[in-house]
Formats: sequence, C-alpha cells, structure tokens
Amino acid sequence: MKILIVDDFSTMRRIIKNLLRDLGFTNTEEADDGNTALPMLRTGKFDFLITDWNMPGMSGFDLLKEVRADENLKDLPVLMVTAEAKRDQIVAAAQAGVNGYVVKPFTAAVLKEKIEKIFERIQ
Amino acid sequence: MSKDKQPEASLDPEIASKLKQHADELVEQVNAGEYARAMTLINDLSEVRDQSLYREVGRLTRSLHEAIRNFQIQPQNAEQQEALSKMSDASDRLQYVVEMTSKAANRTMDLVEDAMPRANAMCEQAKVLRDDWQRLRRREMAPSEFRELYGRIDRFFESLSGDAEKMYGDLSEILLAQDFQDLTGQVIQKVTALVKEVEENLLSLVVMASHVDQLTGTVHELKEQESSAIKGEGPQMRAAERSDVVSGQDDVDDLLSSLGF
Repeated sequence: MKILIVDDFSTMRRIIKNLLRDLGFTNTEEADDGNTALPMLRTGKFDFLITDWNMPGMSGFDLLKEVRADENLKDLPVLMVTAEAKRDQIVAAAQAGVNGYVVKPFTAAVLKEKIEKIFERIQ
Repeated sequence: MSKDKQPEASLDPEIASKLKQHADELVEQVNAGEYARAMTLINDLSEVRDQSLYREVGRLTRSLHEAIRNFQIQPQNAEQQEALSKMSDASDRLQYVVEMTSKAANRTMDLVEDAMPRANAMCEQAKVLRDDWQRLRRREMAPSEFRELYGRIDRFFESLSGDAEKMYGDLSEILLAQDFQDLTGQVIQKVTALVKEVEENLLSLVVMASHVDQLTGTVHELKEQESSAIKGEGPQMRAAERSDVVSGQDDVDDLLSSLGF
C-alpha cells in the first residue's frame, strides 16, 4: 500500500506521515501541490491519496477533479485533509468524488477512522 | 456603507462656508448678466472642491504614515533586538512568524521521532521481562534460564535509567521549543494593531471617496463579486457563530451522511 501525501506545509506532511506510520502504513511519498502530485500519481505507483485543499499552484480540489477525469486514476481513493470548512465546499468535494473529508485541526483517531472506513468501502 | 449619508455634515466648515459664499455670488452674477465674473466663480468653486480633496488626502496620508511609523516592537533583550531590528515591515514580520513556527514544529517533531522508537523499545523489553518474571514466580524457570534473566534484568535497569533520563531531556527540549509563541505572539499583535489602524484609515478613505463621488456626481457600476465554492479560503474564523461553516468533524460527518456517504 503506497500513499501519496499532498500538502504545501512540510510540517503537516510530516504529521500525517507519522500518524500513517503508527497505523502501519510506512510506504509514503510527499508532494507540495497538485502540479507536483499529478505526474507522481500518473506513474501508477500509488494506492491512496491524501490531499490538502488550499495550496499554491494546483489546489487539492482541482487535483481531485484531475484524478477523477483520468481513466487510470478515476478509482483511486482520495481523502481530503483540509482547513476548508464551508458547507458548500464539502458538498462540492463530495460531488467531485472525494472518498473522505477530514477537517483540520484533526486527531489521530479521526484520521484512522476515516482511512479505515475508506478501505472498508473499497474492499 | 450607506450612500445617502449626509456628506455636508463631515465637510470642513471652512470649505462649506466658501462653497456657500461662492454659490450665492454665482447666482447673483448670473442673474445680473455678469457671465465673465460667473465663469471665474465656477473656477473658484472647482478650486474649493480640489482644496477639500487635497486636504483630506493629506490628512489621511499623514495618519497612514503615522500608523506605519508607530509599527515598532520593543525588544526585551539583545537577542530579540537583533532578530527584530532586521525586519522593517509587516510582511517580513509575518514571514518571520512562519519561519519561527515551522522551526519549532520541526524541532518538536525531530525530538518526538527520536524518542518514539526508544519508548517503544522500553515498552517491549518491559513486557518480555514481565512475562519472564511471572514465569519465575510461578517457578516455571530452569536455573540456567534464571541466570540469563538475572543478567537481562540488570542490563534493563541500566538502560532504563539512561533512556528515561534521555526521554526527560527530550520532553524538556520540546517544552523549550514552544518559546516561539512569546516572540511570534508579540509580532502578530503588532501586525494586528497596524492592520487595525490601516483598516480605520482605509475606511476614512472610502468615506472620503464617496464624498468625492458626491461632489463630482460620479456613479460607479459595481459588479457583484462572485463567491466560488471551490476556491480555498483557509481556516474559517468564528465558525461556531456561522451557519455556512461546519464547526468540526462531527458536523462534516453529518453533512456527508446527509449526502448519502
């Protein structure tokens, strides 16, 4: 299970990486926005995407849309971990095909629950 | 801001009286057929308008300048003095906050990542020793095994005291890594004060601009700003008081489950 973590803040990537390691996911890579993430995803190496929303360059929302529009990536599970808290945004993300939405600040328990829920659903 | 406020009320009394005086004279001269003099008066009127404008802009410029000049921080010691004297404007200061918080977060995570495997190892060793110790108490242990356990317990105590000491040191360093809050707190408070002053002065500028519009009879066509759901906005303030914003993960989960998630 290889996971791509996309966030423009290295500290947040590091926190998520540590939490994932505690959950037993040690195979992770990082990108700092959608523009960097998309070519990495297109290599086909990743099984799961965790992305922030608000980033310079390509936002997480646009990345989600690109992923869903890509024939090879359209079924990739995507978890959004973001400070974006407007109801309209959450609805838009759901409509764009996000698999889970975690609002920052979050706890280790919430991240674990959402990741497990996504795996339950896809298995 | 309401457009039909009374601009006259806030107009400089001197300007207002000049305006009235020239206007009255203009009517008189036009009625008397003195058109050349009337034209001069129209020029004077326009000058009065310009003067009022310049005076207001000058006043605002001064208070803006004052606000920026007052944007000083009082450093508590030489180190802070050195750190803070390098910065001269708000964006530098905010960049400094980003750097300080990032440094502290990384320092804390370094220490935590360093301590975690040690805590884990301590835990594992203690578990194994506890199980062996219980076997010993139940007299299920051969003498040779006991001798081996004896040595292992000795080594465990030795490493435990060292590891616990190191752990205490890490925790204490994590505590110290939070000292950024003192400096960044000061900087943010100063920037907030500056923003507040600039905001007040900008508001006066907007009020003045609306006076200018009224004086000159300008009407602006303002386009309604479209707000887009997909644009990232960052953390929302006063989320608990707003209905368009979720107040936490439970709210997100409720919303998503209402959408069939």
